[in-house]
Order: sequence, then C-alpha cells, then structure tokens
Amino acid sequence: MSTYFLKRILYVVPITLAVSFFCFSLVHLSPGDPMDAVVSADAPREVVAMVERAYGFDRPLPEQFALWVSRALQGDLGLSAANGRAVTAEVFAALKNTLLLALAASLIGFTLGCTFGLLAGYWQGSLLDRLVTGFAVGGVSVPHYWLGMLLVIVFSVELNWLPSSGAGPGSSNDWAFEWAYLRHLILPAVTLSVIPMGVVTRTVRAMVAEILAHEFVEALRAKGLAEKRVFLHVVKNVAPTALAVMGLQLGYLLGGSILVETVFSWPGTGLLLNNAIFQRDLPILQGTILVLALFFVLLNLIVDLAQARLDPRIQRS
Amino acid sequence: MVYKKIAAALRQARRAAAVTISLTVLSMPAMADGQVLRIAMTASDIPLTTGQPDSGFEGYRFLGYTVYDALINWDLSSADEVSGLTPGLAESWEVDEEDTRVWTFTLRQGVSFHDGSEWNADAAIWNLDKVYDEESPQFDARQAGNVRGRIPAMDQYEKVDDYTIRFTTREPDAWFPYQLTFLLFSSPAQWEALGGDWDAFAREPSGTGPFRLTRLVPRERAVLEPNADYWDAERVPRIERIELIPMPESSTRTSALLSDQVDWIETPAPDAIPRMESRGMSITSNPYPHTWPYQFSMLEGSPWRDINVRKAANLAVDREGLEALLGGLMVPAAGIVTPDHPWYGEPEFETRYDPEEAMRLLAESGYGPDNPVEVKVLISTSGSGQMQPLAMNEYIQQNLAEVGIALDFEVLDWESLFPNWRRGAEDPSSRGAHATNITFGWLDPFAAFYRFMHSSMAPPNGFNWGYMDDPEYDRLLDEARVTFDQEAQDAILAEFHARMVDDAAWLWVAHDVGPRAMQPRVKGFVQAKNWFQDLTPVYIEE
Repeated sequence: MSTYFLKRILYVVPITLAVSFFCFSLVHLSPGDPMDAVVSADAPREVVAMVERAYGFDRPLPEQFALWVSRALQGDLGLSAANGRAVTAEVFAALKNTLLLALAASLIGFTLGCTFGLLAGYWQGSLLDRLVTGFAVGGVSVPHYWLGMLLVIVFSVELNWLPSSGAGPGSSNDWAFEWAYLRHLILPAVTLSVIPMGVVTRTVRAMVAEILAHEFVEALRAKGLAEKRVFLHVVKNVAPTALAVMGLQLGYLLGGSILVETVFSWPGTGLLLNNAIFQRDLPILQGTILVLALFFVLLNLIVDLAQARLDPRIQRS
Repeated sequence: MVYKKIAAALRQARRAAAVTISLTVLSMPAMADGQVLRIAMTASDIPLTTGQPDSGFEGYRFLGYTVYDALINWDLSSADEVSGLTPGLAESWEVDEEDTRVWTFTLRQGVSFHDGSEWNADAAIWNLDKVYDEESPQFDARQAGNVRGRIPAMDQYEKVDDYTIRFTTREPDAWFPYQLTFLLFSSPAQWEALGGDWDAFAREPSGTGPFRLTRLVPRERAVLEPNADYWDAERVPRIERIELIPMPESSTRTSALLSDQVDWIETPAPDAIPRMESRGMSITSNPYPHTWPYQFSMLEGSPWRDINVRKAANLAVDREGLEALLGGLMVPAAGIVTPDHPWYGEPEFETRYDPEEAMRLLAESGYGPDNPVEVKVLISTSGSGQMQPLAMNEYIQQNLAEVGIALDFEVLDWESLFPNWRRGAEDPSSRGAHATNITFGWLDPFAAFYRFMHSSMAPPNGFNWGYMDDPEYDRLLDEARVTFDQEAQDAILAEFHARMVDDAAWLWVAHDVGPRAMQPRVKGFVQAKNWFQDLTPVYIEE
C-alpha cells in the first residue's frame, strides 16, 4: 500500500514538468505578441524595446523557460504583463473562488446525480428511469453558457429573486458563509452542476443496473438478507467507479468553469484565463494553466488512493 | 436504522427549504443605498490607478480624469458644443514667438494632492521624470508605455520657477497642448510615503482630481469618493460614492442593469436597448469624435488606387439603411469629422447613396457585374468603438456586391486587429488585405488626420496603414501643424479635409453616438461630445 502511494507521488514530478513545458510552448507558439498586453499600440519602438528588456521577453525562449521553471519551483510565477501584480497571488485568489463554485456545483451535481442514478438503476425500464435518463442527457447536452443566461433572465431580471453577477455585495475578499454572499453562489453553481449531474446519473445508473444483475445479489437475497443491507452492498460496489467519475468531474469543473464565470462575472480562474487570453497576458496564462493542471494531477492522485482503500482488489494488483 | 436517519434528515431539509424559499421571496434585491452610483465598465479589469491608466480611453474616463488632472483638461460641460481644451493644473500657457518649439506653462497655485502635499513645478517635473527619465527612481515602465506614444512632440522639459515650467518640442507643433491632455500627475509625496512602490501606490493613489480612490479590489471593484477640497469648486462631486465594476460581457451588463445590481452601464448591446427602454431605463447618446471607416491600402496591386473605385464604394453604401439596422444608434459619415465641425470644409464630392452613379464610375474603369472588383478587408468581431462589426460589415458587403465590388473578409479578434494597425498593409499579419476596418477618436488634428494621412507616418512610425503618400496632403498638414492661430489653423485643416473627401480617400461609413443606459433615478449627467465624460454633476434622485 505504501509503495503504491509512494510511486504515485513520485509520478507527479515528471508529469508536472511535462505539463509546464506544454503550457509554456503552447502559450508562446500561439499567435499574438506578449508586448500587446503591456504597451498600447501607439507606443513608439524605443518604448516597446525598453519594456521588452524590463520583462525579459527579449531573451531566447529556452532561457525564458528555464528561468520560469526555476522561479516557479520557489513559488514565484512572475508578474502579470497586463497589470504588474504577482501571478501567484492572482491565481490563488482566483482559485479560492473557483473552488468555492466547483465545490458548490459538485455538491448539487453529485447529490442529485447519485440519487437519480440509484433510483433509475433500481427501477430500470420504468417511467421514472426514462424521465431520469432524459433529464441527465439534457443536462449533458445543454450548453451551460446558454443555460446560465437563461437562468439570469428568469431569476434575476424577471423575478428579481437572485443577483445576476458577482461574488457578493463587497468583493470576494469579504466572502463569508452568510445569505448575502450565498445568494450570489446559487445561479452559477446550479448552472455549472448540470453537466456533472448528468454524467454521474448515467454512470451510477449503469453501474447499479449491472451490479443488480450479478449473481451474488441474488445469492444475498436468497440467504434472506434484508433489502436495505443488499442496498448497502450495491452501494459499496458502485462506489469506486462513481468516485472516479466524480473526481474527474470535479477536475473538469475547475478547468471548465471559464464560460459560466464569464457570464456571471464570478472572479475565479475561468474569468482570469478568459481575460488573460484576450489580453495576451502570457505570465498569467502560464501560471494559471500550470496551477490548474497540478490541481488536476493531485485530485487524480487522491481519487486513485481513495479507490484503492474502497476496493481491496486494486490494492492487491 | 439508516433509513430512519435518512427520513429524519429529509424532513429537516424540507423545513429548511421552505424557510429558505420564503426568505428568498420576501428579501429585497440588493438595492443602492442612497447616493451610490454603481457603474459597469466594459474593461475586464480595473484600469491602472497609478496615474497613466491603461484600457484605452475607458481607463482615462474612469480612473484618469476622476482621480487625476492634466495640465490642460477637456471641457466636458456642454452637450451641444464641440468639446475643447480648458485650463487644468496649468492656468495659462503660451508658445514663444521667436522659437515656436518652446512652450511656457504657468501652473495653478493653491492646489493640493489628496494626501495634502502641494502641487508645484517640482511635482510636475517629478511626474515627467516618472515617464521620460529611465534613470529616475520613480520611473515606471508601465506608465511610460501607456502614455509616451500619445505625446510624440515632447523633447525636453525644465523648471523655471516654483510655478512655471517650460517644454521644448522636437519640431514646432501647434497641437502640443492636445497631447498634454493625456499626461496626468500623481503625488510624489504619497509615492515616497509608500516606500517608492508603484504597486502600493496603485492601492492608495493620490492625485489632484475631483475624486479620491478609497478602495481597490483588483479585477472586481474600485470605489471613488469626492475630493471636497478640489481646486475647481464648481466640479466637486455631488455623488457620495461611485463603485466601478468590470463587466466585459455585454449580456451580463444588460442583466445587471435590469436586475438593479448596477445603476449605469457602458456600451449596452443595441438589441437590448428597446427592452431597457420599456423597463424605464434612461438611454443617453450624443455624437462624439468617433469614426467607423475602411482605411484603404495605396500599395501596388490594391484596387483602391483607382479613384473611381473609391468613389464608387462611397456611393454604394446605404448609410440610412445601416442606421436603421443599428436601431438609430449611429450618424452617417461623409468624412473623418462630422459636417458641423470647423475642420469639415466644403468638399465638392457629395458622399451619398447613389448605386447607379457607382456603377457608372466602375464601368468607366472597366469593372462591372461580370468583372467585379475583388477586395479584401480586415475586420474584427468586437472591440472598443467597433460598434457591431459583423452585422455592419455584412451589410456593406451586400451593398458593394450590388454595384460590382466583391468584398471578402479576413476576420481577426480585436486584440489581433489593433496591433496590426501599426504594422501596416505590407505586413504578413495583414494577410494581403486591401483595407482595414478600425475605428478611432479624432480629438485633435494629429489623431484625426496626421497619423493616417502624412507620408512620414507610414509603418512603423504611425498609423498610416495604407502607405498614403500625397504631397499636397503633406504640405497642408505640415502647414497646419505650425499655424499657432486657431482660426487660421482650422481653415487649413478644412481645406485638407475637403480635399480628402473629394479624393474619396477612405470609405466613410458611420459615427458612433456613444449610448449609455442607466436607472431612471440617475440624474445630472451631461453627455459631452467627447470620449471622456464628467461624473461630477451626477446624483441619485431619492
């Protein structure tokens, strides 16, 4: 168990290096000049050259990469080209907000997903199953950017029940677990939750249907075990796969919130990336992609380890 | 056993849900308390607050002329007159009669920065060093990058006495005062007190302007409050507090206004305006120095080199139809400036909708429906001042096709189109296009004409994207630039402009009207004919 654990931790190092290399190359190879983020188009040549020197953009790319990696290892992801603030501070402040949103969305999505999946799997083929499946497919297919705007029109503009944007009455720094701030979380979290809800519903339903068809379930019933205990056995067997799917979905929520955050002006990593892309703010792009990728790797590690604990078969292999 | 617990939990959840839903229904939406004006900007971040803002003119509008002043400010008091210059931190200025490169400025006395320190020539020179002297401790590359391109004439500066400074320009340039409107002054004392750190200064800035910045949450909110000791007693703000919120997504701004989360939005989506009006929102608009053209390439191989083709294009566009398409939110253009402007002149060629005449001219040059002119234009999908680029360009494409000009698009995003402007038509990033569709402001003659039409402004020096090279243009512009008498200068510029319209130098299409939407309780706003606006007279009616 501990060797498995250790091996998985060690894998993180080459993965991180590869991820950072890809981040760096993609961002530098894409069209657009990094200087566009720093100086206005009016700026004369000497001003552009001066700023290039100040930021180190005039050095060869391998040197820039090496410098960036060595600084990143010390926790310094550089300075934003657009506003000069430290990238590390910006990314982690935004990450905190995205995590809040992702956790809220996963809470809604996973709870509903597991419930619907279990119901549909147990009453397979019934009207309930068909309704639930239809709902899940709808959740996965609907473009959540559009859904977000629709929810805003209904609940903010027409009914005036919930706010249409932002993280709270003051700012995200003042965030507290109280109604004034939670009401800003509702619409974006619901919007973001439909896809994971759909995916988890489908997965759980399929797993439950498969497990129920296994011989051991019939055997347990024949033994005279109460239905509730059989139910617990089913849940334990579905759990590893469901957990893996949920872990992946949480990862996608972290990276895939870009459109929802833009619609709701939610100050998370998605909005940060969106703005950095338009401004060609390369340090922010590199730093944010790296942090999100590392988070994803870490999440996968945790899910793998949890799976190993839940399912003894994985430990032994 | 487990089931009992689940059932109990569900009962509790049902109760909690009932309470929550009723609270939601009963609770009022977040409304403004008293005299607070919440403004949603199109910028994606709070513009730089240290003195020289970024984010273009919106930066100057909200974090430039609010917190700071220039030596010479814009007069933003009238909605009907052309917006001109007015004394700011300088009481008066004059050009030397013998050497017209030398300007002497008399500074205003009795002005203090928000931190209480005094405004004087030392503070002025300190700020000039901040932008021009790379060796000075206060030099800030970012602020320098933002503003130096806007003051091309600057050569030297010096202090004469405590309230007098002197500038020397590279060449005699009558337009130098216009350029100085972009140079804003931050407090040296505050910078020193904060340890000489521009990042700390950005959070606690100090200028001389009518507003003080009291809170900055990067990317989310900036709070401005009145400066009760402002040197112009008539412009002390009426509002208690302004909150600036970045909201780059147009639909988000519309929803925020309609759900009363903000009081004022910049650049509403035109198709949302009827809905906003039906909900009682006020929509303000006023033509201002803005132009939406096609800038033609004059390089070898460009079909626009033929004057018949240029005139035909100008006669082929149905500007009234385009105005209807935009819900009335534009003014048809017949030149760079509007016909009511002193620089318009009296051209002979009438820019109008006359497709038959267009076809006749094209036929003269051997073009027609079976031999159309094939041209390509660079356009963007959005961008500051670009209005509705996709819809407008497709409309123009149809108009031109009807007379025998086949227009093709190269679509770029705004962040790619704007830098390409300085690189020019020959650059690979122009993808062989014969025209570019970029809008701009024409607040002064350099911005309006010189940087596009003078041969010395060909890339990389300026924005003469199409390599325009006309000796008569050069002569008139050079003459205007050294004519220090305003009326005489206006007359020369009028002659130049009329000539340019007669040449059909560009495709003139539209002028924007700068729509803004606000809650009906927002009063006092006077929309000047300018890219910048004065927020000091605005108040909330209780």
